[in-house]
Amino acid sequence: MAPKVGLFIPCYIDQLYPQVGIATLKTLEHFGCDVEYPESQTCCGQPMANTGCTNEVGPLARRFLEIFKSYDAVVCPSGSCVSMVKHHYDEYFTDNPEYEALKAKTFEFCEYLTNELGIDKLAGRFPHKVGLHQSCHGLRELRLASSSELRIEPFGPARALLESIDGVEVTTLKRPDECCGFGGTFAVAEEAVSCMMGEDRVSDHEQAGTEVLTALDMSCLMHMSGIIRRQQKPIRVMHISEIFAECL
Amino acid sequence: MPAHPKLATEFVKNKERAHWHDQSLWFVRSKRDAASGQIPEWELLREQASKIKSYTVSHLPDLLEEFEKNANAKGVHVHWARDAKEHNEIVHGILKQHNVTKVVKSKSMLTEECHLNPYLERQGIEIIDTDLGERIVQLQNKPPSHLVMPAIHIKKEEIGELFHEKLGTEKGATDPQYLTEAARQHLRQKFIGAEAGITGVNFAIAETGGFVVCTNEGNADLGTSLNKLHIACMGIEKLIPRANDLSVFLRLLARSATGQPITTYSSHFHGPAPGAEMHVVLLDNGRSEIAGSDKFRRSLNCIRCAACMNTCPVYRRSGGYSYNNTVPGPIGSILGPAKDAKEHSSLPFACSLCGSCTDVCPVKIDLHHQLLTWRKEIRVRGLLPFSKRLSMKMMGWMMQAPRLYRFAGKCARAIVPRLPRFLLYNRFNAWGKQRELPDFPKQSFREWMKKNHDNK
Repeated sequence: MAPKVGLFIPCYIDQLYPQVGIATLKTLEHFGCDVEYPESQTCCGQPMANTGCTNEVGPLARRFLEIFKSYDAVVCPSGSCVSMVKHHYDEYFTDNPEYEALKAKTFEFCEYLTNELGIDKLAGRFPHKVGLHQSCHGLRELRLASSSELRIEPFGPARALLESIDGVEVTTLKRPDECCGFGGTFAVAEEAVSCMMGEDRVSDHEQAGTEVLTALDMSCLMHMSGIIRRQQKPIRVMHISEIFAECL
Repeated sequence: MPAHPKLATEFVKNKERAHWHDQSLWFVRSKRDAASGQIPEWELLREQASKIKSYTVSHLPDLLEEFEKNANAKGVHVHWARDAKEHNEIVHGILKQHNVTKVVKSKSMLTEECHLNPYLERQGIEIIDTDLGERIVQLQNKPPSHLVMPAIHIKKEEIGELFHEKLGTEKGATDPQYLTEAARQHLRQKFIGAEAGITGVNFAIAETGGFVVCTNEGNADLGTSLNKLHIACMGIEKLIPRANDLSVFLRLLARSATGQPITTYSSHFHGPAPGAEMHVVLLDNGRSEIAGSDKFRRSLNCIRCAACMNTCPVYRRSGGYSYNNTVPGPIGSILGPAKDAKEHSSLPFACSLCGSCTDVCPVKIDLHHQLLTWRKEIRVRGLLPFSKRLSMKMMGWMMQAPRLYRFAGKCARAIVPRLPRFLLYNRFNAWGKQRELPDFPKQSFREWMKKNHDNK
């Protein structure tokens, strides 16, 4: 039987980037998932948690569990929101087997495709130089790829999936996995440093010949795209699910 | 005291300089990557180091007593200082007893923490920093901006200017070799004239009662062997249990700090030379309190290699002074609030939570998680600015009410695209200073689903 997937679409994707949600949905359905989008979901609480306002997160965490506990899997096109649910909800649940189960079945979109559905090759053609931005939370919290600081066997299933698409050339960066500077409220509270970090990321991609900038997190892309558009750089920004959906 | 964002904004204003600072430190991070890559058991070493340090911090009282006993047996005088004031008074007391008026010091962040230099100067004692970088910032009357490379933020042209003024070098000279030679000659005179040497301590060994000081310039050796009095100042967390543990840390320290396989000098001190005197001052200054805290205990594992600073994208672009704390960067942003949460309440937020510091740390301190924990503490202690508290509260309310959330989104998507630019991009919108807002779509994902998917 097809796995019943609860689609977890972060609030900012729902409101600002519906095409990312649509691409995620299409890809999952293409690979045979029975996808449902629970209406009453809003936000995982990450902005509040990262500001230290944990009181505001508790109710959202409990809501999240109620909304998603009945699915076989919860899938989300954002590493940082997944990391919030899996790594930062513990303090709101004590010995709650339902939460423990939720933790184990919540996945970032690419992680779900590769690790759970066992997909290692994508069909279609995308004849572009693609720059993959390794979003920090996916990288260093969820360990979805090897980070450059650790001396371990390199791995990166999302990159491998991208490279499996006909015509895709993933560009090589000088600093493979440096932060883009988004960081949630950091982007506003530390505007100067945040924007310099974003600018530096964009120019690393520019010099590497990136035509299409992609990531597993739309938030990093929102920040970099803001800089790209202000500076009118010739780089297209697409969430990785949009590339996958275009290749179906 | 200005908060981090303000000082960082000042630093970033000079783009060229900020880029130069970023690139200098990234170069060091790259060297660290290469050096650590040559050790197949690197991750195992980190794990071991972390375990040894965690053991030490949780057995601190016993190990310190063991250290004291063994140091005493070697003829070392051990002193205990509760805070910076006591520390400085002890050091001054020892110097006074020996009628010392001229002291050379090898780089020690602990004495920076205690503001020892100005204290001793007030007592009429000349104290000269002998690490080249630290001498440079001392001549500028500034503190170090980095743990390992105290003058990393200063360009050679500026050093040429400074040395011309203070040491009489040729005007306009920028050749590093020429300038270093001038500093060397100047420092040589100070070494010869000094009556006592002060050093920091990198590792003190409980089992032997000895300690190790790591330098690249040999200044600790010269400063302590040309005279009869050596005072070593150490934080109580610098301890390791056994001599055998030392190799783990010596292999990690220099590789993490500068990408060298080992520091040029790792000098072992186990008691005074005949006719000489050796003192160790053990400083607490809030460390016991951190050791007693489940949340922040692991920050005491720190061996001050500064790898977290070199990798931190915020530190690299905002400079050490933007932290306004003796120890800057990620580890400083944990230790600073532990000392004075009100004064340093902006530091845990000077971080994009990228986690690179945690992965680079040779003793596996979960730096970015501790920074996040500090943010909660700041909120709990009522030190979070009102604007942040309010906006998060409002966001919390909205997100608990799906209908309100949907309505707010709908309104924003209807209104924002129609607003003239000046209403969107003004000084109230920090996002829009250097970035465009996203194009607001006609419908949300939820609305699309209702129309196109759910009714299929």
